[in-house]
Amino acid sequence: MLGRTANGLYWMFRYIERAENIARLVDAGVRMSLTRSQAADSDWDGVLQSAGVREIFGEDRTVTSADAIDFMLRDKANPSSVMSCIEQGRNNARMVRTALTRETWEATNEYWIELKQLLARRVKPQDLPEVIDVIKRRAGLVRGAFHGSMLRNELYNFSRIGTFIERADNTSRILDVKYYVLLPGASHVGSSLDNAQWESILRSVSAHRSYRWVYDGEYKPADIAHFLILNGQMPRSLIYCYEKIVSNLGYLAREYGERHAAHETADAINSKLQSLTINAVMEQGLHEFLEDFVGHNGQLGQEITDGYRFYS
Amino acid sequence: MMNADNVPREPYQSYHEWYSSQDPAHLKAKTRDAENIFRRTGITFAVYGHADSSEKLIPFDIVPRIISGREWRKLAQGIEQRVIALNAFLDDIYHKQEIIRAGRIPRELIEKNDAFLPEMIGFSPPGGVYTHIVGTDIVRTGEDQFYVLEDNARTPSGVSYMLENRETMMQMFPELFQANKVQRVEDYPFLLRQSLASLAPPGCKGKPRVAVLTPGIYNSAYYEHSFLADMMGVELVEGSDLRVIDGKVKMRTTRGYEAIDVLYRRVDDDFLDPLTFRPDSCLGVPGIMDVYRSGNITIANAPGTGISDDKAIYSYMPEIVEFYTGSKPLLQNVPTWRCSEPDSLKYVLDNIADLVIKEVHGSGGYGMLVGPTASKKEREAFAEKLRAKPGNYIAQPTLSLSTVPIFVDKGIAPRHVDLRPYVLVSDKVRIIPGGLTRVALKKGSLVVNSSQGGGTKDTWVLED
Repeated sequence: MLGRTANGLYWMFRYIERAENIARLVDAGVRMSLTRSQAADSDWDGVLQSAGVREIFGEDRTVTSADAIDFMLRDKANPSSVMSCIEQGRNNARMVRTALTRETWEATNEYWIELKQLLARRVKPQDLPEVIDVIKRRAGLVRGAFHGSMLRNELYNFSRIGTFIERADNTSRILDVKYYVLLPGASHVGSSLDNAQWESILRSVSAHRSYRWVYDGEYKPADIAHFLILNGQMPRSLIYCYEKIVSNLGYLAREYGERHAAHETADAINSKLQSLTINAVMEQGLHEFLEDFVGHNGQLGQEITDGYRFYS
Repeated sequence: MMNADNVPREPYQSYHEWYSSQDPAHLKAKTRDAENIFRRTGITFAVYGHADSSEKLIPFDIVPRIISGREWRKLAQGIEQRVIALNAFLDDIYHKQEIIRAGRIPRELIEKNDAFLPEMIGFSPPGGVYTHIVGTDIVRTGEDQFYVLEDNARTPSGVSYMLENRETMMQMFPELFQANKVQRVEDYPFLLRQSLASLAPPGCKGKPRVAVLTPGIYNSAYYEHSFLADMMGVELVEGSDLRVIDGKVKMRTTRGYEAIDVLYRRVDDDFLDPLTFRPDSCLGVPGIMDVYRSGNITIANAPGTGISDDKAIYSYMPEIVEFYTGSKPLLQNVPTWRCSEPDSLKYVLDNIADLVIKEVHGSGGYGMLVGPTASKKEREAFAEKLRAKPGNYIAQPTLSLSTVPIFVDKGIAPRHVDLRPYVLVSDKVRIIPGGLTRVALKKGSLVVNSSQGGGTKDTWVLED
């Protein structure tokens, strides 16, 4: 397959993953402001940081919930707004049209068509839940069409690698922005403020319900961190993402009979995660750990780009 | 659909019977269904100069255009003769130029023409084939009366619409295909791939590797490029994927560079090789012409084929057909005045209100004047351009085109159409029974180009 095709698939799935994650962040932010007694525009500052777009938003610009929502959903100047992501995801899909099944392409194209209409103008607060729902549902349709119809070959592997590099990046950023509420010393145990903060983290990875099943229905900072970093059952945890990345890179290595720097990096990150305990993470410092992780994750993306000749 | 006595024409009999039993509201809903199918599939084209509406749908009409097997055979013979003549003509003008020496075509018309590529002189493409894919634009004026409007011998587009229109019709009206024996067009991608692979260059050992070269996703015909690559099962490449290495054109894959043997390029000659043609092109491959000339890649269609479908050459087609095939052309040319000739220019200026005037090098319906429908002011402005550069223009009478039925709000209404059948050339000439019917949706209009508000419909050639 063409290096450009691998690149197109990788980015198509990164953008589709990102759009969904941004929508979840908005969802969690809205929820947060609904359950707080005081107007909580300052919470949106954190949401923008989690999305990595606080700077593009304008560092001097006052953050209001309406502006932040609009910026994250539909601002063209924001390359990570949901609309920008879908636009770029679909452009990449168009570029690799021959590599996609008709079902996958049509699901992507219809996603774009519907969002273009829904996000043509500012979303009214009362319409917001419906819009976020459409984004999640459409993303699900793309994923379903992809899983149900694509051959399990190199095309599939590059698409999956894109998905999980992006997801690992998103999860670690969400955690990093809120790391201080997960520090043991910072918790006012049982306070409703903390509960709301913790729930918001879980909600932004769609895990506020599954958490209760796994950790006996009690919010504890170390458990939340464990869930998102080290729980291999949780499909948005860092360890889950890396198991998938390693296995997909492994298929490519066997198929091509060749290993690259990317394989060493992915293996190293994965085995570190496998041997870690959450206590060790906390001792190292959660923020330091996450900063380190984001850096290595980015490095891996670059090594994949080089090893499989995405650009040159 | 009807003849002069208001009786359905023979090929339309079965369809007419079906149509008469249909509820118009149901058909209206089907029209919307069709639009949704096209939108979802992303069968769109870009209109240049409209930044806000970058992707458009071509309107689709649900009434098929139906051609009898008998009438088609006659048409196909004429097209085959013409395509054979085109290839012989190209071979001749890039080699011995006998037609010029015989005084049938003025030398300057060839040698001063931008579409003539001196780089091709003395070179023979693999299999001697210049035009692997041809789309001949035809209009019908009456029973068995066909005129050729244009021979598209560079990179004719629209074949994806032929295929998708058929697909859509079969999805929406399966019962019609049981009642009518419609000849298949679905084999086109297989035949195209076979035909391309059969003309691999001498330097190709083993199974030829075919690829489609596109300018990229912002090109107006990108959908078609990706569709054809997908349907053929070959890579869709862009210039940035390709590089000349060790005398071969190679594409950058995830495993390294791999050779391509046959390139179906949908990039114009000018942009093909920045080392030979336009140096600012980033759509092509630096050095590909050297690879081509040394027999290590087949380029389809061959560079320089534009000289054969140039509008200035068109008026000589009757002579060209006769010169190379030894027989009279089976298909008529539309009478054409070459404005470069003073007598013709005078005639054209005197009769501007009755003529269609086209730019010699234009395409897509841009830069033309339709005399009968233009305003006086438009005609005068065009006459100015004509006087300034007469050599740039040709003029033709407006033919009394036959019409076919389309479905409109009030039911069935007649509209003007043209027809572009697709022809594949390898060791033989294959004409796909069908083609792209373009229809002028505005009442009375003669302009069928999609960029100017034309639509398309499925084209049925019946088995006898």
